Amino acid sequence: MDGINSLRNGPDEHGRFGIYGGRFVAETLMPLILDLERHYRAAKTDPAYQAELQNLATHYTGRPSPLYFAERLTQHLGGAKVWLKREELNHTGSHKINNCLGQILLAKRMGKTRVIAETGAGQHGVATATVCAKFDLPCTIFMGATDVERQAPNVLRMKMLGAEVRPVTAGAGTLKDAMNEALRDWVTNVESTYYLIGTAAGPHPYPEMVRDFQSVIGTELKAQFQEAEGRLPDAVVACVGGGSNAIGTFHAFLDDADVALYGAEAGGHGIDVENGHAASMTGGRPGVLHGNRTYLLQDADGQILEGHSISAGLDYPGVGPEHSWLHDTQRVTYVPITDKEALEAFQLLTRTEGIIPALESAHGLAQVMKLAPTLDKDQSVVLCLSGRGDKDVESVGKYLGLLNS
Amino acid sequence: MTTRIDRRFAALKAENRPALVTFVMAGDPDLPTGQAILNALPQAGADVIELGMPFSDPMADGVAIQLGGQRALASGQTLTGVLGMVEEFRRKDETTPIVLMGYYNPIYIYGVDRFLADATQAGVDGLIVVDLPPEEDEELCLPALKAGINFIRLTTPTTDDRRLPTVLANTSGFVYYVSMTGVTGAAIKSRGAVGEAVDRIKAHTDLPVAVGFGIKTADDAADIGRHADGIVVGSVLVDAVGKSLDEGRATERTVAAVRDIVADLAQGVRRARQ
Ligand SMILES: Cc1ncc(COP(=O)(O)O)c(C=O)c1O
Repeated sequence: MDGINSLRNGPDEHGRFGIYGGRFVAETLMPLILDLERHYRAAKTDPAYQAELQNLATHYTGRPSPLYFAERLTQHLGGAKVWLKREELNHTGSHKINNCLGQILLAKRMGKTRVIAETGAGQHGVATATVCAKFDLPCTIFMGATDVERQAPNVLRMKMLGAEVRPVTAGAGTLKDAMNEALRDWVTNVESTYYLIGTAAGPHPYPEMVRDFQSVIGTELKAQFQEAEGRLPDAVVACVGGGSNAIGTFHAFLDDADVALYGAEAGGHGIDVENGHAASMTGGRPGVLHGNRTYLLQDADGQILEGHSISAGLDYPGVGPEHSWLHDTQRVTYVPITDKEALEAFQLLTRTEGIIPALESAHGLAQVMKLAPTLDKDQSVVLCLSGRGDKDVESVGKYLGLLNS
Repeated sequence: MTTRIDRRFAALKAENRPALVTFVMAGDPDLPTGQAILNALPQAGADVIELGMPFSDPMADGVAIQLGGQRALASGQTLTGVLGMVEEFRRKDETTPIVLMGYYNPIYIYGVDRFLADATQAGVDGLIVVDLPPEEDEELCLPALKAGINFIRLTTPTTDDRRLPTVLANTSGFVYYVSMTGVTGAAIKSRGAVGEAVDRIKAHTDLPVAVGFGIKTADDAADIGRHADGIVVGSVLVDAVGKSLDEGRATERTVAAVRDIVADLAQGVRRARQ
């Protein structure tokens, strides 16, 4: 167990990380999330559940994901050694599957007969559709209409896997709007439906539960790095949308004060451009949305802004509550990365290592590009490469075409 | 302490009829027309008014109220503006209770203490905040009760007997029974189940029980009003505002459209128990 001063003890029994988190939901949903919490607590200590999850992680997802020393990238940046935690090699192409497997087993235990989910980049939608195909549950994926367009390959994948994809036209047609619509569906179909949230946000117990399912990333990474270098890395970097790959990567290191932790938020057109970014911590302030108190992009009257990011998976005006707390306590340094920086990082990794990253992960890489040259050659930086970029090839191509013309 | 809400329900109980509770969105379709709609409600037959505080992300609302909120926000409505509407209303009406209904974030950003002080000053009687369940009572419910403002809780078909006392504990004014699992504006699936649910809630509390979500016509009002102490109508009114517009602008029919429906519903509640 972690000591009382550990940073790994959250949330408290009210689902709070400091002032963040909580259960800000309509009464209709309250009994459901209490029930979910009970089932999750039971599953967590059930060896049969854990064994099944472990078995799937090994044989279905392909875990452990490799820790890869990116030699050419390291040479190019001319500083610290750069390592990649290769979550993009997981089945379905991102870290999202880790969470989906944990939750689908829970949905089965709870006797639910239908699954819903929201998705931005479509990676969570694909991972959800995948586990629903495997476990034979019908699923409906809510996706903003803008995202349906910019992540077309993933929409096709979801449909082929048997999911119903419902485009959401409200607002700017991005992740926030998809989440609103998923909540409306859930409140309507409470008896049958399991809401499989895709990031470490939403009402308690989702932020804790999703973090636990994603913590395998950091736990493996720590052991792999120890094995390779015989010590801890100097810095660990991840991109932050809702924050699931980041919290999963960071959690194992929270009490290791010598390991610097960096979260890359979507800086869009720049943090000074009003409503032109999706950096909720570096450019927003605390508020309440989607079941939790957390940093949000909002106007002076508490109306939520849509935000902007080139990356659909980071285009969300909020962030998981544990990150808000880690931001306030300064254990993690959150930095905004612009669309342009992410595009440059996307190309660099592709050309130096032959790995096409997801645009989301490219935000983390852009932070590594800034950080590595400032460190010594015997130091090490690890990036969580949360997803692969196949889904982005077309839209990046379009952007680059525009930039060239 | 008795409030305007307590007095109004007591008076209607003496008349042996349910209350007609009407929901409109503050500032829909524009600020002056929204004020005119609000001002017209008591005369048309509304006994209690729920005034919607528009929010960018109304997660518990169906399309009609979503659109009403968008129109209000596009007209420049703010929480300060909503309180201003209540103040204006109170210049001419000292007796009709007003309950503000919406989501927590705008109140949180306004500042809870400042909001409660300004709401009291403006003449607000109660609050319904959809995303504040009893588990979050310390945020706003308890401070509101202290400030003398009723905090009206929603109970739903998923609130079972074990949970009901928790939900009712800090509720005051009245209890709002949400007739179905779903968003505002959908249709009631089973009338019989609603009657049973009202009886179940009444076994736990002496507060009046109003039923909302899915009530659209005078017949619905008469039917549901046989058991309930109040019936709440919202989406049809907001929808009527939307349908009265010409290229998004208010017309001379806009206020009348709402007034006519309210007058019809007022007939419904008056024949509920005859
Ligand atoms: C590859 C990838 N990385 C990161 C994210 C952002 O989500 P989170 O912050 O929850 O990891 C997404 C979301 O769609 C994604 O697809």
